Amino acid sequence: MNIRAKTNVIGWSFIAISVVMICAFYFYPMIQALIMSFQSGTGTNLSFTGFDNYKRLISDATFITALKNTFIYLIIQVPIMIILAMFISVLLNDKNLKLKGFFRTAIFLPAVTSLVAYSVIFKYLFGPDGLINTMLLKLHLISAPIEWITDPFWAKITIIIAITWRWTGYNMIFYLSALQNIDSSIYEAARIDGASAFRQFTSITVPLLKPIILFTSITSTIGTLQLFDEVMNITKGGPGNATMTLSQYIYNLSFKYTPDFGYAATVSYGIVILIVIFSILQFKLAGDKNG
Amino acid sequence: MGKLKRVFMYLFLSIAAIVSIFPFLWMIVSSTNRSIDVTQGKLLPGPYLGENLKKVFDTVDIVPALLNSAKISITTTILALLISSLAGYGFEIFRSKAKDVVFTILLLSMMIPFAALMVPLYRMFGSISQTAPFFGIDTISSVILPTVTTAFLIFFFRQSTKMFPKDMLEAGRIDGLTELGVFFRIYVPTMKTTYAAAAIITFMSSWNNYLWPLVVLQSPEKRTIPLLISNLGSSYSPDYGVIMTVILIATLPTAIVFFLMQKHFVAGMTGSVK
Repeated sequence: MNIRAKTNVIGWSFIAISVVMICAFYFYPMIQALIMSFQSGTGTNLSFTGFDNYKRLISDATFITALKNTFIYLIIQVPIMIILAMFISVLLNDKNLKLKGFFRTAIFLPAVTSLVAYSVIFKYLFGPDGLINTMLLKLHLISAPIEWITDPFWAKITIIIAITWRWTGYNMIFYLSALQNIDSSIYEAARIDGASAFRQFTSITVPLLKPIILFTSITSTIGTLQLFDEVMNITKGGPGNATMTLSQYIYNLSFKYTPDFGYAATVSYGIVILIVIFSILQFKLAGDKNG
Repeated sequence: MGKLKRVFMYLFLSIAAIVSIFPFLWMIVSSTNRSIDVTQGKLLPGPYLGENLKKVFDTVDIVPALLNSAKISITTTILALLISSLAGYGFEIFRSKAKDVVFTILLLSMMIPFAALMVPLYRMFGSISQTAPFFGIDTISSVILPTVTTAFLIFFFRQSTKMFPKDMLEAGRIDGLTELGVFFRIYVPTMKTTYAAAAIITFMSSWNNYLWPLVVLQSPEKRTIPLLISNLGSSYSPDYGVIMTVILIATLPTAIVFFLMQKHFVAGMTGSVK
């Protein structure tokens, strides 16, 4: 064997375990899921039923509710969080800011908590006689307790507040590290040219942060489409199906109701398709602004 | 800069910081109070931490849950670091067109939501439960195996390897080291900070993992910490003082890791985007 062929073999052997593992635990199950999505039955007794599952999917009220809920989270929560993260990072990047380390660590802290732990804490804080209601009542901001968990509208708000609390600091760190890499002389030049702070933000900061905006919006979108831990532990998807997400619906179909693995696999392909569409859309959107 | 703007800046950041810290403070304060005090909205520390701790160890299976979580997280971290760093190194050092194609395909796995994987994975592990009980449903191995290799970590190691001085590897080869020798004797020791960052991220996500253990672990004595907390949180007559103490204990390991290695943590998060 010549040297080149030899190094080639060595190179492949370095990556072999990873390739096998990813194929075994990602790609192979996805093929299985695709096959299952054309099957129906309870538990492990599955038989082929053609496109029946997909027909059921488009007229399934619970699926449509879960899809709507996910979109509500996506359209309201992701932009609020990204703007908030960007805004905080710009404030924190100020050279003359005192207590910078404290602010940064404090705001980042939620990002290191376990999703389950913080969800349980939020569930109690927002409970009917929880601290949030107690405080709002004492401050006379409300006259009766808000049903944060049991009202279909407020339950969604609670989930949105919870996710925003958990992930804003996480996203902020990406903006902060990108801002620190921007050469400050650009801003000086802009100031000399008489650009206002707002103009500097829109004409310098935002364009330079675009890769990070793209990155954080894609990861947040994927995260929202996979939302599970919070909903499961704060509202259990309720009241009714008012906060149900796609991931939780798949979980319920497979492990809570009479197991219907075939149909669960069909719903999961629904999420996969959404993720692919959203990622392509966001890339396209960012690309157009570039050109 | 205008004075008003400064005031606004500090005010805004202070509110953001208070909102961020408040649930932690409430958790700590509540762990020192009785359940009745917590429901009445008491915000000052009380003298009941000892009593709550005693109740936790008497009534909640926290020690087995901590041990299970520790076993799973430590094993996952060690295996994940080994497997992904070998691959990240292989992809970058022995670069070829074919390998770049394979790399891109591996990256596609990041788009796959876990919810889509859990049903087929559950069936996979279920089908080997009889023939290989060690890897079947309700075992620690079944929790670890699907989560141990992530395209994210391979990508992270490959990105970090780009900065690695390749001459050092050549020097090792001339000294007569085998390729694996070069990797373990030269690459691993120089990349300590990369490994530290990767270890923190992997440990945290494994320690906090919820959905897959929920699906695959069935017997109560195998429960991990998130499963235990979730279970306590859904009880009908919760003892708030006790639950907050459990959450406090469960959060401590990750909080300590975070405060000791904050720099590495942030480097690990942002390193992959650069």
